[in-house]
Amino acid sequence: MTSLANQPQTLLEQARAHNARTRRNQMISTVVRYGILAIVGFIMLYPLLWLVGASFKTNAEIFASPSFIPENPTLEGYQRGWDTSTRWNFGHFFLNTLWIIIPKTIGTAISATLVAYGFARFEFPFKKILFATVIATLLLPNVVTRIPQYLLFRDLGWLDTYLPLWVPSALAGDAFFVFMLIQFLRAIPRDMEEAARVDGANTIQTLVFIVIPMLAPAIISVCLFQFMWTMNDFLGPLIYISSVEKYPVSLALRLSLDVTEAFQWNQVLAMSALTLAPSLIVFFVAQRYFIEGISTGGVKG
Amino acid sequence: MGGSDNRWVGLAYVAPYVVGLLIFTAIPFGASFYLSFTDYPLLRDPIWIGLQNYIELIFHDRTFHRALQVTLTYVFITVPLKLTFALLIAYVLNYKLKAIGFFRTAYYVPSILGGSVAIAVLWRYIFADIGLVNMIITGLGFEAINFFGDPRYALFTITLLRVWQFGSAMVIFLAALQSIPAHVYEAAAIDGANKAQTFFYITLPLITPVIFFNLILQMVEAFQEFNGPFIITDGTGAPLRSTYLVPLYIYDKAFRQFDMGYASAIAWILFAIIMVLTVVAFWSSRHWVYYAGDKRS
Repeated sequence: MTSLANQPQTLLEQARAHNARTRRNQMISTVVRYGILAIVGFIMLYPLLWLVGASFKTNAEIFASPSFIPENPTLEGYQRGWDTSTRWNFGHFFLNTLWIIIPKTIGTAISATLVAYGFARFEFPFKKILFATVIATLLLPNVVTRIPQYLLFRDLGWLDTYLPLWVPSALAGDAFFVFMLIQFLRAIPRDMEEAARVDGANTIQTLVFIVIPMLAPAIISVCLFQFMWTMNDFLGPLIYISSVEKYPVSLALRLSLDVTEAFQWNQVLAMSALTLAPSLIVFFVAQRYFIEGISTGGVKG
Repeated sequence: MGGSDNRWVGLAYVAPYVVGLLIFTAIPFGASFYLSFTDYPLLRDPIWIGLQNYIELIFHDRTFHRALQVTLTYVFITVPLKLTFALLIAYVLNYKLKAIGFFRTAYYVPSILGGSVAIAVLWRYIFADIGLVNMIITGLGFEAINFFGDPRYALFTITLLRVWQFGSAMVIFLAALQSIPAHVYEAAAIDGANKAQTFFYITLPLITPVIFFNLILQMVEAFQEFNGPFIITDGTGAPLRSTYLVPLYIYDKAFRQFDMGYASAIAWILFAIIMVLTVVAFWSSRHWVYYAGDKRS
């Protein structure tokens, strides 16, 4: 009898001991994970922190200590950097960048939506082949097409204008976005669209009033990514834009590096920090769209 | 209208893409292949010279050989390092941590900014002789490293710049890890699998499609690396051309010397290498990529 009475207790104790052990293991695991994440995160973000701090330092102080906190904070770097060595100040280059980004982003959003809608909702001749080209373009290294594109834009008289940066995107040239929107659309059920069609709506009405509202988060993702990429784009403007007056910030920053390099470190760092600001702000405001976009479509970067 | 859609309606919607594809991708693609067999100094019409560009590149052009060697070294170091790191951090993150969103965001920030000129500029300052890293190294009592002066280290700073941007690959890995159902792990635990076994025999095989996807994407991108070395070294690929990647050489030939035919040939060799490696990856994927519900005919 005693042994029978004892047995469940031992089992219970064993189970308790086991639970305690598991809980202790889990706690250690949590601590270790947080530790790794915090250290790696700190090392990764320190360069950015240092950039911001150093941009407020005096030139003498920048390479005096690895700390990011300025001892004698100054706005000199921002003031003198903003004026640049050219006839234009940095504000001018920011406006240029904006003037590249806005039409490009709008063109991308509209064309990618139309094309994705076509691919995801209709059957048409050559659909399979055309869709295969979307994937192929996605993987095609731009390096192959760049030279003839340059020659084409030269013959069209588009060099030193923003057209080479706008037009390909307005014709759904960024296959990644088309692909991403197709993926999103495929996941959205068609019931509402079919109901609208039964009620007599044509395909354009269906697209505008049913599909686009449902697709809005994905379209926002597209716009945000295009904003970031265009903000960072360097090679495109480098090849196509030759007059300083039309430079976007990426080229202006490189110019300031060439001209002021000597000992004006804080000017260059201040303008670097400034050119990163728009992307950072947009990212923090809208990060949910980025993470969703990238998890669905998969992204370079 | 009902269900009687005209079969051309869909084509009308994709028309902008088709036009763009022809004008900006398909025709340039063909044209670039043609140009690679010509001598074309931009100021006069291209002249057909057959395989001459390729012969020069493959057998004589030492700058090209050097650039290719640097590029392959760069790609084969950067891509595995970046993917391993991304997967490792995603694995650490994929746990019932409260701060998962915070860390995911923090790690993603470099991916957002990393391609910019500003970050390349920052990298110059961080790895300068008296830069941030050397201040820390000397502060710890070691000798400063001349990162941009020593051919052994210069390329590695570019690698670090790109590994630093592991966030986008990590987010994709994380999404894949989170989609593995809990019961799979429970079953493994019941069978007595330890953590390492679970990772290598359960987790890793289940996310091979995503590893494959990231691998291709990162490889194609790494072969085209331009901004980093161009800005950090002022386009020279210094020191001793140890950071002179093939895309820099293409840029020099095409847009500084306007030798369009020769530059096209370089681009096509680079393209061929990327293609061969992609095909190898696709071919080998049959042996290591696992697709759920795959019937394997």
